[in-house]
Amino acid sequence: MSFSNNLKENVIRSAGVDPKKCMKCGKCTATCPNGNEMEYKPHQFVYMVEKGDIEPLMNTDSIYKCLSCFACVERCPRGVEPAKFIEAVRVAKIRKQGENHLKADMIPDLLDEDLPQQAIVTAFRKYSK
Amino acid sequence: MKFSYYPGCTLKTKAKELDKYARLSAEALGIDLVELENWQCCGGAYSMAKDEIASKLSSVRALAAAKEKGQDLVTLCSACHNVLKQVNNDMTTNEDMINRVHNYMKDEEPYNGETKVIHFLELLRDVVGFDKLKEKVVNPLGGKKVAAYYGCLLLRPSKIMAMDNPENPTIIEDFIRAIGGEPVVYPYRNECCGGYIALEDKNNAIKKSTLVMESAEKNGAEEIITACPLCLYNLNKNGAVELPVKYFTELLAEALGVKGEN
Repeated sequence: MSFSNNLKENVIRSAGVDPKKCMKCGKCTATCPNGNEMEYKPHQFVYMVEKGDIEPLMNTDSIYKCLSCFACVERCPRGVEPAKFIEAVRVAKIRKQGENHLKADMIPDLLDEDLPQQAIVTAFRKYSK
Repeated sequence: MKFSYYPGCTLKTKAKELDKYARLSAEALGIDLVELENWQCCGGAYSMAKDEIASKLSSVRALAAAKEKGQDLVTLCSACHNVLKQVNNDMTTNEDMINRVHNYMKDEEPYNGETKVIHFLELLRDVVGFDKLKEKVVNPLGGKKVAAYYGCLLLRPSKIMAMDNPENPTIIEDFIRAIGGEPVVYPYRNECCGGYIALEDKNNAIKKSTLVMESAEKNGAEEIITACPLCLYNLNKNGAVELPVKYFTELLAEALGVKGEN
């Protein structure tokens, strides 16, 4: 996988899916359990990536709202699988120096006695490098 | 019958019951679960980014260790199952990742997706058989109304997980029937509980878990079962409905009469 300076190309390559296949049906956002919490919703990730409008996506909290539940991946009728764009943008963001969304010293305040380790490792996977 | 077994981090800590009751039940069913030596945490979530490779190596190591033993790999936690299965799929389809993994790991015999990953529920359905399981039940549930909570990770993405129909699954309902319960089918059984968002946005997890539990309750459930420690946590802790939530293995061990053993 060669590296390109073009952010759009990199995001599409990292996502491994083709935004041009989207037929704008909106099923991804309709089925997203967390779409209501997002400034940019799953269908917007698809067309904004296609337009190369990546910066606003990198700077929105919406990239931390995707629950990785695979609902839009499963239900997209065109195989565009929007969560893969959200993931690709999120990864592009947190790979930058100083951009970890979750830091280890924040953890003690977030714990309760029943919280499973699974939640912590998953959050680190999703939020930090 | 011998199988490699991958418990995962949470089954050694907050979800010991999920693990313990599975082992006791497997023994009662003549299944030998051999825990992989030196397994590492799967990371809890499969990264959908194709160029995220280092974080998937722990799964490749587990898969390769099972291959070395010539055994199928049994999982129990929904998240581990999802991660291992998706990484296994990568190791047959993502050429760039395959090359990088081989170059990095330098195993004498490179791993190429040979291991079959099966969830404990699939073990019950496809190896033991629900009919056979029914014959071994000594304490049937007596028609108790039990709601299966699949959550996200057992079923999706279905073209890779290939466990069941992702929108109208039956595997846990069939399991409930086999141990003498009456399955409750409800709309939210395959919708998300909020997952790891509970860590930074508790109110959000409360909303999602409550939707799931209200949906189960409205349809007559007396109890909910799950295979996922994080689902269990969210429903128990964040769901605003008083309904017992248990691991499916606890009901299994109870039905097989081995729950009290150690």
